[in-house]
Amino acid sequence: MTDVILQMRHITKTFPGVTALDDVNLTVRRGEIHAICGENGAGKSTLMKVLSGVHPHGDYSGEITLDGQPCRFANIRDSERLGIVIIHQELALCPNLSIAENIFLGNERAPGGVVNWNRTHAEAAELLHRVGLHENPATLAMDLGVGKQQLTEIAKALSKRVRLLILDEPTAALNDEDSAHLLDLLRGLRDQGITCVIISHKLNEIREIADTTTILRDGRTIETLDMSAGVTEDRIIAGMVGRDLEHRFPDHEPNIGDEVLRIEDWTVHSPTQHGRVVVQGANLNLRRGEIVGLAGLMGAGRTELAMSVFGRSYGIGISGRIFKDGREIRLKTVGDAIRHGIAYATEDRKRYGLNLIEDIKRNVSAAALNKLATRGWIHDNEEYRVADGFRAGMNIKAPNVAAVTGKLSGGNQQKVVLSKWLFTDADVLILDEPTRGIDVGAKYEIYSIINHMADQGKAVLVISSELPELIGVCDRIYAMSAGRITGQVTREQATPERLMQFMTKVKEQ
Amino acid sequence: MTSVGPTTGPATAVPATASELAVTKAPDRFGGRLFSANLRQNGIYIAFALIIALFAYLTDGDLLAPQNISNLVVQNSYILILAIGMILIIIAGHIDLSAGSVVAVTGAISAVLMVNNDVPWPLAILITLICGGLIGAWQGYWVAYFGIPAFIVTLAGMLLFRALTLAVLGNQGIGPFPDEVRTIANGFMPTTLGNIGLGPLGGADLLTLLIGVAFVAGIVVTQWRSRAGRARYGQVVEPTALFVTKIAIAAVVVMTVIVQLARFKNLPWVLVLLAALVLAYSLLTDRVVFGRHIYAIGGNLNAATLSGIKVKSVTFWLFVNMGVLASIAGIVFAGRLNQAGPTAGNGFELDAIAAAFIGGAAVQGGVGRVVGAITGGLIMGVINNGMSLIGAPSERVMLFKGLVLLAAVAFDVFAKRRAGTAR
Repeated sequence: MTDVILQMRHITKTFPGVTALDDVNLTVRRGEIHAICGENGAGKSTLMKVLSGVHPHGDYSGEITLDGQPCRFANIRDSERLGIVIIHQELALCPNLSIAENIFLGNERAPGGVVNWNRTHAEAAELLHRVGLHENPATLAMDLGVGKQQLTEIAKALSKRVRLLILDEPTAALNDEDSAHLLDLLRGLRDQGITCVIISHKLNEIREIADTTTILRDGRTIETLDMSAGVTEDRIIAGMVGRDLEHRFPDHEPNIGDEVLRIEDWTVHSPTQHGRVVVQGANLNLRRGEIVGLAGLMGAGRTELAMSVFGRSYGIGISGRIFKDGREIRLKTVGDAIRHGIAYATEDRKRYGLNLIEDIKRNVSAAALNKLATRGWIHDNEEYRVADGFRAGMNIKAPNVAAVTGKLSGGNQQKVVLSKWLFTDADVLILDEPTRGIDVGAKYEIYSIINHMADQGKAVLVISSELPELIGVCDRIYAMSAGRITGQVTREQATPERLMQFMTKVKEQ
Repeated sequence: MTSVGPTTGPATAVPATASELAVTKAPDRFGGRLFSANLRQNGIYIAFALIIALFAYLTDGDLLAPQNISNLVVQNSYILILAIGMILIIIAGHIDLSAGSVVAVTGAISAVLMVNNDVPWPLAILITLICGGLIGAWQGYWVAYFGIPAFIVTLAGMLLFRALTLAVLGNQGIGPFPDEVRTIANGFMPTTLGNIGLGPLGGADLLTLLIGVAFVAGIVVTQWRSRAGRARYGQVVEPTALFVTKIAIAAVVVMTVIVQLARFKNLPWVLVLLAALVLAYSLLTDRVVFGRHIYAIGGNLNAATLSGIKVKSVTFWLFVNMGVLASIAGIVFAGRLNQAGPTAGNGFELDAIAAAFIGGAAVQGGVGRVVGAITGGLIMGVINNGMSLIGAPSERVMLFKGLVLLAAVAFDVFAKRRAGTAR
C-alpha cells in the first residue's frame, strides 16, 4: 500500500543567520510509523514545528500537502483541526489539574460554556482505557510519573481525533519498561489507522518500531530507509553523522590504582513520601583511574544515592559511612563535598546544572570561584583564561567564553558542566546521565573526556540508562534495583541481559 | 575530536590558536552583534540622555542650572540609596516591600536617640545602623531560613515597621536634629582652596573641580587598564573608537555636573556618600565572590545550590544589607526634613523597585547592575523635577512615570524576545 497521507516538499526555513531547514522533503505513508532521526541541530524539531503550524505559513518556503490537499497553517489550532497533533519533548500538562481536565484542556466538554463533568470523566476514562493507563481521571497530573504523563498526552491527542501523531523524543525520559509500553501502544494505534511520526535518539527503538526512517543532517534530508529491509543501527548512525563511525566508544586502556571512595551501608529516606526508603544499605567503592557504571531502571534510586552522597543534596534520614582515601569523612553540605574533591554533574543540566542566562566563564567558575579570588576579590581575567582553556581543550563550540550558555547545544552545555566540575579539582566525579539529549558525535567526545579524567587518576562514576553506553565505557558496573545494589559485573562479564537481570531483581521474600 | 580537556586547575595553558582566534577574527565576525548588544545594554543611558534633553528643552535649560542639579541629587539621594539595596535583592530573585517603613522606623529611632535622649550623633547613627541590620536580619531569617516568599515577609514588614514607627514616635514628629546630621543630609563641602574664575561661567570652587578632575582621571585610568588587561589575555575588547567615545561621553557628563555644582555651593555631602556607596557596591557585584553568588542564585537557584553556594546565608545577608542601607536612607531623609515623622518613607519602596526595573533588572532575577538602578532612579528624579519646573500637575507626573516604567520593561522584554528568536 503506497497511500500517502503527508507530503512536505522543498521546505526551507531560516532564522536570522541560520538556515535550519534547507530544501527538506518528507513523505509519510498512511498508517505507518515513520521515524525521523538526526543529530541535535539537524532540524528535526524545526521540521515538526513547521508541520504543526508553530512556524506559520509564510515563515518558511515549500509546500505541505495532507491527503493531497495543500495546507497553510497559521497556528497550531489549524493543524489540530486537520488531525495533526504534536507531543513535545517537554510535556505540557498542568500539574494542578486532573487527568481529565488536562485531556480536554482547550477542548472542554462544555455545551453552552458550562463543563459537563460526567461526560468529561466518562470520555476521559474511555481514552485512558485506550492508551492502557489505569488511573482515575480525577488524579492530578502532578501525581503521575513521567511515563503516565506521556500516556495522558497521547490520550489528549486521541481526544482531538488525531490522524497524524507526532512524538518528539517520547521515550527520552522513560525507563525501559515504560518505553516498551509506549512502543506497544504506538503499534496498537498504527493498527487503528493512526499514522505516527516519531523523533528519537534511541536507535534500537527506531529499529524495533519504525516502518520507515528519514534521516536529517544539517537541515537537509539525507535519505529515507525502508526498515523492513533489515537496517542496522550502525547504518542509521552512518547516515546521521555522515561518516562511518567504526567505534561508538573510544578505546581506553584503564590504569587502576588505590581505592579513593568507599560508601558503606548507605540508606536514604524520601523527603516527600513519609517513611519511604529510597536507598537501602548500599555499598560501593571507586578506585583511582577507574570508570564505574551505575545501572538501574528509573526509580531504582541511582540519582538519589548520588545526590545524598553529594553533601546531602537529596533525602532525609541519611545513614551510612563515607571513606575518602581510607579516612572517614562527613559531608553535610555541598560545600563539604566539593572541598573533599567530590563532584556531581546532574542529569538535568538545564534545571540543576547551569545558569542559562550567564556566560560560559561564569558557569565554569561557579563551583570553585574561590580558586580565582584572593580574599573574596575575583581575578576576572584569570577567570576568562581558565574558561577559555576549557573551551579550547573540551572543544566547546562557541565564539568565546562570554557566550551565554542558554544558547549552546546540549553537547556543548554538557561540556561546560564537566568543565565546571573539573575546575573544582575533584578526584571523584559522579556523572549522572552525561550524554542525555546529546547527539552521537558529541557523545563520543564526552566519552573521550571521561576516559581522559580516568587517565589523570580520577575516579568516575557514570550513571546511565543506556546499557550499551555503560558496557562501552565502564571498567566495572553496579546495578541497582528498588533502592538496593543488586549486583556488580566487570567489563568483561557485562552484557545487557546480565545487567538487566540485576536491574529487575526484586527484594527476596 | 580526540583532544580533551585541561584538568589541572588554573595553570591550564591556553593554546595560542585559541587566543589568536579570539583577537583577530572575532571582532570582524561578531562586530555587528557586539554593537547591538552594546545598544541593548546602553539603551537605558540613551533613554536617560533623551529625557534630560527633553526637559532641558522644556525648561529652557533650568533643569541643568547649578542649583537645580544640586537639588536633584539631594532630593533623590535616599531613593537612590534604597535602589542600591533593592537591585541586589531583585537580582537574587526576591523583592522588598518594607523599605519605606524601615526608612521611617530607623529615622524615628535616630530621632529618639539624638533629640530625646541626647545621645552623641556618631553613636546614635551607629546604633541606628545596627537596628537597620537587625530589622534586615529578621526579614532575612524568614525568607532565607524559613522559606517564606520575600513578597509576603516584606509585606508583613511594611505593616510591622510602620506600626513600630508610630510606637517609637508616639504618633508625632520628633526634631530638630543636630547640625552635623543635617549637614550630611542637606549640606555641602566647605570651601577650602578658594574659588577660581571660569570666564563666562563665573566663579567656581577649586576643590570641587579638582575632585572632579581626579574622579574623571580615575575612571579613564581604571577603564583603560582594565581594557588593556582583557586584551592582554586575548579577550574580545570593544573597538578603540567606541571605547574612547564612551569614556569621553562619561567624562563630559561628570565634568558638566561637577562644574555646575562647583558654581553653586560645592559638592553636597550626600553626593559624596552616594558616590562611595555606588563605587563600593559596583565592585561588590562585579568583582567580589559574594556579589557573583547573588547573580548565581537569581539565575538558577538549583544550580547555585548544587555548586556549593551557601544560598541561605547569601540571601540572609542580602536582607541585612538592605536593612542597613534603608537605615542610612532613613537618617538622610530625617536629617533633610529635620524631623522624623510617622509618614516618612511612604511609597519609597515602590520608587526603589521602579528604579531597579527601569535600570534593567529582570523580574525573574539574575540580571541587573547597580549603575543601572541608579540611572533608573535618576530618570524618575529628572521626570519629577522637570515636570514640577514646568508646573505640571502631579497626576500628569504619575502618569508619565508609570508609562516610563512600563516602556522600560516592555523594551527589555522585547529585546530579549528578539535575542531569543535569533537562534
